[in-house]
Amino acid sequence: MIFALIGNPNCGKTTLFNQLTGSKQHVGNFPGVTVDKKEGPIKKHEDAIVVDLPGIYSLSPYTAEEIVTRDFLIKEHPDAIINIVDATNIERNLYLTLQLAELNIPMIIALNMMDEIAANGGRIDIETLSELLGAPIVPISASKNQGVEELVRRALKIGGNKEKPKNVDFCSGDVHRAIHSIAHIICDEADSHGVALRFASVKLVEGDERMMTDLEIQPPEIDIIGHIVEDMEFHCGMDREAALADARYNYIVEAVKKTVVKPTESKEHVRSVKIDKILTHKIFAIPIFLCIMLVIFWITFGAIGAGLSDAFSMGIDAIIGVIDKGLESLAINETLRSLLIDGVCSGVGSVLSFLPTIVLMFFLLSILEDSGYMARVAFVMDRFLRTIGLSGRSFVPMLIGFGCSVPAIMATRTLSSERDRRLTVVLIPFMSCSAKLPIYATFVAAFFAEKKALIMFSIYLLGIAVGILCGFIMKKFAYEGEPIPFIMELPAYRFPAVQSVLLHMWEKAKDFIKKAFTVIFIATIIIWLLQSFDIRFNMVNDSSQSILAEVGRFIAPLLAPVGFSDWRIATALVTGFSAKEAVISTLAVLVSAGDSSQITALLPDLFTPLTAYCFLVFCLLYTPCVAAIAAVKRELGGKAAIVTVIFQTFVAWIVTFIFYNIGMLIL
Amino acid sequence: MKLDKLKIGQPAVIVRVNGEGAIRRRLFDMGLTPGVRVVIRKTAPLGDPIEISLRGYELTLRLEEAGKIEIEEI
Repeated sequence: MIFALIGNPNCGKTTLFNQLTGSKQHVGNFPGVTVDKKEGPIKKHEDAIVVDLPGIYSLSPYTAEEIVTRDFLIKEHPDAIINIVDATNIERNLYLTLQLAELNIPMIIALNMMDEIAANGGRIDIETLSELLGAPIVPISASKNQGVEELVRRALKIGGNKEKPKNVDFCSGDVHRAIHSIAHIICDEADSHGVALRFASVKLVEGDERMMTDLEIQPPEIDIIGHIVEDMEFHCGMDREAALADARYNYIVEAVKKTVVKPTESKEHVRSVKIDKILTHKIFAIPIFLCIMLVIFWITFGAIGAGLSDAFSMGIDAIIGVIDKGLESLAINETLRSLLIDGVCSGVGSVLSFLPTIVLMFFLLSILEDSGYMARVAFVMDRFLRTIGLSGRSFVPMLIGFGCSVPAIMATRTLSSERDRRLTVVLIPFMSCSAKLPIYATFVAAFFAEKKALIMFSIYLLGIAVGILCGFIMKKFAYEGEPIPFIMELPAYRFPAVQSVLLHMWEKAKDFIKKAFTVIFIATIIIWLLQSFDIRFNMVNDSSQSILAEVGRFIAPLLAPVGFSDWRIATALVTGFSAKEAVISTLAVLVSAGDSSQITALLPDLFTPLTAYCFLVFCLLYTPCVAAIAAVKRELGGKAAIVTVIFQTFVAWIVTFIFYNIGMLIL
Repeated sequence: MKLDKLKIGQPAVIVRVNGEGAIRRRLFDMGLTPGVRVVIRKTAPLGDPIEISLRGYELTLRLEEAGKIEIEEI
């Protein structure tokens, strides 16, 4: 049996899903879109599967989430719907419920947060409300795991008996007449396409183009429907969309009036308003937000994260050491041993050392998200990002980009529109990540010892500036389309559920590990091959003989116009593809520096101060590392990943070219 | 009068929602239908967007969208 779990965002849907399924979840994508599809068997009822559909407010045909939900309900024929409703915000939540009831699929309503209602002296007449909505209601508290067992029992029964919701007429008069007249006209089409008649006719009254094409309605009927709607609009003095929204909400308001005794002012709401007074304060909001982000960065990339990362990589190194010993004692072929140890183990190992950072980052981020603070960040920061055609929601992912592009790109999942997500992902790599820091540090020490801070700051600023510029350009050309309006709920602050936070963290970790062993695994082997062999496929000891060096020599002329004509620079940049830190280690090898103090002394052989700065600019902007590219591929697909690599490298070349030539003129 | 011109804390009732397409539909879906009572709670630190309260919950929208909503003070 398949259950579809549907509800508004922020109504406790994820918490209920976790209660229903425990940790046996499978996370995937809906076909063609990056909308999460989670499913899992119900605890103790393994043959019943719950599919967690995206949080939506309505079944309108505008957002990817809404379309995915509609298509799932209409085309996949779930056995029943579990509609979760936030009792503390009942009017707006029931707006979706009324639309779901039209689908003619067995449905049960889980009335969530009943503990809050009761604690604040509110009451809901479950029986009458259920009568008015045409579907049974089970009061629950998902966060306290109350009523969930009863919900499962009733849901299984309803699904088994195929108890469809009773027909509820939420409208009267002109709208009612229009729906019925259209139902008469399209009953054959609805039947042959397997769409619930009532749902289809209501959608046609609303002017839903998608339904019109889905049902393949022909011109004479289209005209008749048009006339019916025009007539309705004339008589009720409102256009079609307004008329239906109005009818639904009026019905809900009446139903709520009859059945709900609202608490005076709930404690949670009062608390929320108080917290908001501080967190979205006119003056303090931005400083507080920056402080919170600073603490998050300090934890993930500083104090705890760095320690964990080091411990983790020490552990990995120890394991690699053991494997190496084992291979040696077995007298395995030298080349194969090098492949396994220098290629696979150290490559995948270095990427895996990111894991503690990612886990910590997502632990903290999901606390921000689940507590309701993320919505406030979007509210406070929206104005900043609007100029480049994004909304406040993109701010946090971009900020994380300064730490590491990988979790930043993964964090774009919370963005509500596909367009915003694409644009944000493309811009994230321009925020200079922490792996580039060793490059800057080495060069600044070698060339700009007196103006360290200024040079560093200018690089970071340049990244942001180029990002904004690209945002402008892409908004104009590549991503014109209509941006999703920024009309967003500010949910009440709540304590995040431990289980949800941990599961979220685990999902991201799993995702990253999978990536480390697929895309990154292959990339490291390729880099190893290029580094270890010459063009005649003999193992080389001198790195200047390797294929990689040949590639460097081949690319060098392309980089001559931006000031790097030496093949060693080109080679170092190519290795930066696997990880940005590799740029410095490769340079060290190629200039035959023993350790980092020597490289500072040897770099002036390769660079002038001007080309050194140009090199920093190029490193800042050129292609993201393999791990980040893999993240882009996961979020936006392979084509987008390739486009990102080419685009970024192109931008890097242009900007560095400008810097180099202006520099040559001035200096 | 339009919602973007409403003073903070002054209750009002929605009369009409202008505009078209996805934005207008979204406003309806979020409960901004004629006859509903709204109050502006605050504006963001940079003056835009605004936070409004309606139907027992809080919603944020930009002044541009708020300018499409006709209201009447009560």
